[in-house]
Amino acid sequence: MGEKMLMKGNEAIGEAAIRAGCHFYFGYPITPQTELTAYMAKKLLKMKNAAFVQAESELAAISMVYGAAATGVRSMTSSSSPGISLKQEGISYIACAELPCVIVNMQRGGPGLGSIQPGQADYFQATKGGGHGDYHLIVLAPSSVQELVDLTMDAFDLADKYTNPAMILGDGLIGQMMEAVEFKERKKIDLPDKEGWILTGCKGREKNYIVPFNLDPYEMEKLNLKIQEKYNKLKEKEVRCETVNLDNADLIIVAYGIVARIAKTVINNAKKVGINIGLIRPITLFPFPEKIIAETSEKVNKFLVVEMSMGQMLEDVKLAVNGKAEVNFYGRVGGVIPTQSEILTEIKKYLK
Amino acid sequence: MKKVFESPKSLTKDPFTYCPGCHHGIAHRLVAEALDEFGVREKTIGVCPVGCSVFAYVFFNCDMICAAHGRAPAVATGIKRAKPDSIVFTYQGDGDLASIGTAEIVHTANRGENITVIFINNAIYGMTGGQMAPTTLVGQVTQTSPYGRDPKTMGYPIKVAEMLSTLKGVAYISRVALSKPAYILKAKKAIRKAFQTQIEGKGFSLVEVLSTCPTNWGLSPIEANKWLEENMIPYYPLGEFKTPEEVS
Repeated sequence: MGEKMLMKGNEAIGEAAIRAGCHFYFGYPITPQTELTAYMAKKLLKMKNAAFVQAESELAAISMVYGAAATGVRSMTSSSSPGISLKQEGISYIACAELPCVIVNMQRGGPGLGSIQPGQADYFQATKGGGHGDYHLIVLAPSSVQELVDLTMDAFDLADKYTNPAMILGDGLIGQMMEAVEFKERKKIDLPDKEGWILTGCKGREKNYIVPFNLDPYEMEKLNLKIQEKYNKLKEKEVRCETVNLDNADLIIVAYGIVARIAKTVINNAKKVGINIGLIRPITLFPFPEKIIAETSEKVNKFLVVEMSMGQMLEDVKLAVNGKAEVNFYGRVGGVIPTQSEILTEIKKYLK
Repeated sequence: MKKVFESPKSLTKDPFTYCPGCHHGIAHRLVAEALDEFGVREKTIGVCPVGCSVFAYVFFNCDMICAAHGRAPAVATGIKRAKPDSIVFTYQGDGDLASIGTAEIVHTANRGENITVIFINNAIYGMTGGQMAPTTLVGQVTQTSPYGRDPKTMGYPIKVAEMLSTLKGVAYISRVALSKPAYILKAKKAIRKAFQTQIEGKGFSLVEVLSTCPTNWGLSPIEANKWLEENMIPYYPLGEFKTPEEVS
């Protein structure tokens, strides 16, 4: 058993990353995730064989991650919405070069400079690629500080396993929240050997090179097909979600992150007034838990997707439901957090 | 019989694909010779840019990575911080380093990152077919300055070596040319000094290499060398701008 500590979400990610062996962090300050950058500075600058660099920009920070990841070390960057937009160039390169790394997005209200309050409006950007070209990140959506810790550690393992960038898609609320967390002992898992591709100098071997391009379109198509294969494997093997009260539910809420946490209160309060609500909470947003949603839509004919966006995950839920049930939506944006009473009022509209 | 001249080990056997008269081949060779002479090929990681020399990864016989346009110094920073014992260099053109990558080169230099930058200044964008670069001379005709570079709306050519020399974190900076053998010998010395600076852990080093682009200048290779000497060198004076005492 590890020790229990009271930690702020953003700092808990930092501690989890370091314990997962990530000793190379490159970042740029932005609210509401700066505590993570500061935490990494405080810890890594005192460590040996470690580096913390406050980059000149998000573009530079993600490129530093690209360089560090190419040498085989675990590395990370973090930001919030507008900063994540800037990182898209590097993320696309890293995905194409098939390098493992972790990117944290503590989302805030958008678009533009938006607000500094929590948001979930970067769902499309996170799950559909974000930058140019056909690629996906492994996207993990924590809904508690404990889960931030666990998923951060998982993110490094998944990134290494699939040689693909992974993203922790949180929101400003979860980053700022303080909760008790435990850093559990983790089982050693078998991860692929990096020796074949890392850049460490070519002593005793042929040179290695990492180039995220190929001017021969047929070769470039091959590379695309190869990374798609990886995404298919992710869909097959790594889908995670939490379900609550799916049997006999009158309506299913689909929500992730902090909104799912609010939805759980809705379920309890609804029960008191005789309404039976279920919850599907995707933990992996890519790969998306479409199968469980599809299966549930055979049994329950009303869905309500709740997001801090104007309806982004909604599209994936609709695709999974595929017309078999009614899919409704409730969203608040710009940094506004939906309350449990608003959600319950909304539910009542559909259960008349 | 004693072999007096051969291909450096730090170059592959692949023939250069650069245009006739282009100086990339000479610059590649000088870098490769320096890596050979210091015996560091097997611990070197090179970062190639976006532009004509994106293909440098083919020609250098050491570990290589291709950065996004302008970001080579940031990628090099990530590599060097993760592997401080390796020798890390970037090889960048003028559009890459002095336009889209200005922030990266300035801050990498300012942090005094212990890397070496080979900066090829040929006053034009080569790969995309001859557009104005930040280092294009006043009055110089390019696809995007078809009436000549007009400083009133297009600004003046940036003197990278001079600009970066003002930064305290920088250890070694010089500007060289490759248009005649005497210059090439000096360029070789400068490139050696730059790598020596890094090997000795003295900090950031950069060599600005004035180069030709006969194809996009619309000149023959010989005319291009002449144009470089008559037009570029007067504006971009050759020499050392900063040296750590022990290296000079």
